[in-house]
Amino acid sequence: MNALLKSREAILALAILILLAVIASRFPGFVRPGNLANVLTDTAPLIILALGQMAVIVTKCIDLSVAANLALCGMISAMLNGAGVPLPLILLAVIALGAALGAVNGLLVWKLSIPSIVVTLGTMTIYRGIIFLLTDGKWINAHQMSEGFKAFPRAVFLGLPVMTWIALAIVAAFALIVSRTPLGRALFAVGGNPHAAVYAGISVGGTQAAAFVISGALAGLTGYLWVARYAVAYVDIAGGFELDVVAACVIGGVAIAGGAGSVAGAVMGALFLGIVKNALPVIGISPFWQMAISGSAILIAIAFNARGQGPAGRIILTKAEHRA
Amino acid sequence: MTTSPTLRQIPDRLQSPLARALKSWEALLLAVAVAIFVANALASPWFLDPWNLSDASFNFTEKALIAFAMAMLIIAGEIDLSVASIIALASTVMGAAMVAGAPVWLLVVLGLGTGLACGAVNGVLVAGFGLPSIVVTIGTMSLFRGIAYIVLGDGAYTGYPSGFGWFGQGYVWWVFSVELVLFAVMAVVFGVLLHRTSFGRMVFAIGNNATAARFSGIRVDRVRFILFLLTGVMSGLAAVCLTSRLGSTRPSIATGFELEVVTMVVLGGINILGGSGSIPGVVIAALVMGLVTFGLGLLNVPGIVMSIIVGALLIGVIALPRLWAMWRR
Repeated sequence: MNALLKSREAILALAILILLAVIASRFPGFVRPGNLANVLTDTAPLIILALGQMAVIVTKCIDLSVAANLALCGMISAMLNGAGVPLPLILLAVIALGAALGAVNGLLVWKLSIPSIVVTLGTMTIYRGIIFLLTDGKWINAHQMSEGFKAFPRAVFLGLPVMTWIALAIVAAFALIVSRTPLGRALFAVGGNPHAAVYAGISVGGTQAAAFVISGALAGLTGYLWVARYAVAYVDIAGGFELDVVAACVIGGVAIAGGAGSVAGAVMGALFLGIVKNALPVIGISPFWQMAISGSAILIAIAFNARGQGPAGRIILTKAEHRA
Repeated sequence: MTTSPTLRQIPDRLQSPLARALKSWEALLLAVAVAIFVANALASPWFLDPWNLSDASFNFTEKALIAFAMAMLIIAGEIDLSVASIIALASTVMGAAMVAGAPVWLLVVLGLGTGLACGAVNGVLVAGFGLPSIVVTIGTMSLFRGIAYIVLGDGAYTGYPSGFGWFGQGYVWWVFSVELVLFAVMAVVFGVLLHRTSFGRMVFAIGNNATAARFSGIRVDRVRFILFLLTGVMSGLAAVCLTSRLGSTRPSIATGFELEVVTMVVLGGINILGGSGSIPGVVIAALVMGLVTFGLGLLNVPGIVMSIIVGALLIGVIALPRLWAMWRR
């Protein structure tokens, strides 16, 4: 299984390199280190959210409310900034709020065993609706934000913006959590075989709720980064972004049936979409192609991942068990 | 989602059919519908006007057409999140054909045909390749609407021929709009299909236990494929109605419809995990949602607030019975 996962990531890495080579053959400027760093920075929110989503999907759930959570926390951060709250407090507040919104999803899934797709489809509209209730549909524009608030994600530190460093730090933290902590083990155990996880003394619902809290907290943090970077907050920011996040995970080989996936895969899935998105205007293709391309990438990736993801355990009646 | 098997008390005597009907989800829903109707009638003097009520029906007819097929799909344990994107693509195809000068009948055929083709794509990927329907339809949700965006960009198709307006704006008789009649006819068709045919029994069997259904000789994948075709074609029909009613096509048409359709189905008492539910439940749920939106509209509640209510309804409808069961224990 490990070898298979490794090879899947190798294939994805190869696909990314081929993609870069094809673009570079006509537009060598695209692969300059400076431009690649820009692509990385531009993809940072997607990388952060894809990692949170990976934690959720690995436990057999899905979080469609991440983009709405991001938008709500982003709006709150802009409002707090308007009220003169210092930046460190704003950061704490959005992470806590994001975690709380994630906890709402998690508790509904855990305590009431409502399927996560239903819960997050519902909270997706509720969270976005709350932004409207808070603001009456008004925008918060650049001139209403303090300089420090807008400058922090862009501040350059050792050659890269702070936002990119945050994303890299989260990648490192995730790699540690997944491979070195009981929580990381539990996430995979719950998704791989819930019944076995129960016998191993792991709370299935509790672990799923923890994954939602992680995903929510990351969405909250990204909400601030997003609003500060683009210097605008309104109801519809990051609309539909949850699809890109799920797409990044699926492309990265995170199995939607749970139990399989890797940090490297999710990061590369996000990078793949980020490179495509940044390359389209360079190549001269309308950005309106973006949506269809990510849709096709999802379909190709799941069709590809489905190979070798047969049911675990001993199969007695091959034909009958085949789909069950 | 782990449910451990619990021991169930089996009563000595079955409840009488009448008592069972009164305790059913559908009866509760009907009571809610009546209550909302009365509340609306008391709140606004214009509510009871037959023409107003007829106008209000446009709130739910198009979504309900999809909800009937979606109900069967969910009962069979699958889901289709791409329905709104199918509407966008079907509407775009009709728009392109309209610009090319196609007659009205051809527009309708193309709308339904696009829906059927999209359903076939979903069906092949789910039933043919054995991929999970949630991700497949999240993918095709991007793909179908993405194609509409590629074709239209930030433009729009307008200027549909006047004859085409009949589907979304026409009336069959008095206040009964074409859409309302379609809704009623399809309610009967799907009600019969699900509750009175062997195909319907197969759908329930698959939703309850796909493996057992396979051992009983049901061609599980073929039934799944047909269900995706049905959902696709009903989305195409909804696209015809919606495009005709709006008289224009934008790539953002019908955004968020999938949420309302799934909410309608769940509100109608269809088990989101598959295996149980009824078409009459969906019909009443469609009426409830139509009445709520219309009533809130009369009170000048903005659309995004209504979507909060729809989202809360979706979660609340599933959460409340479970909270009730937890509290009684």
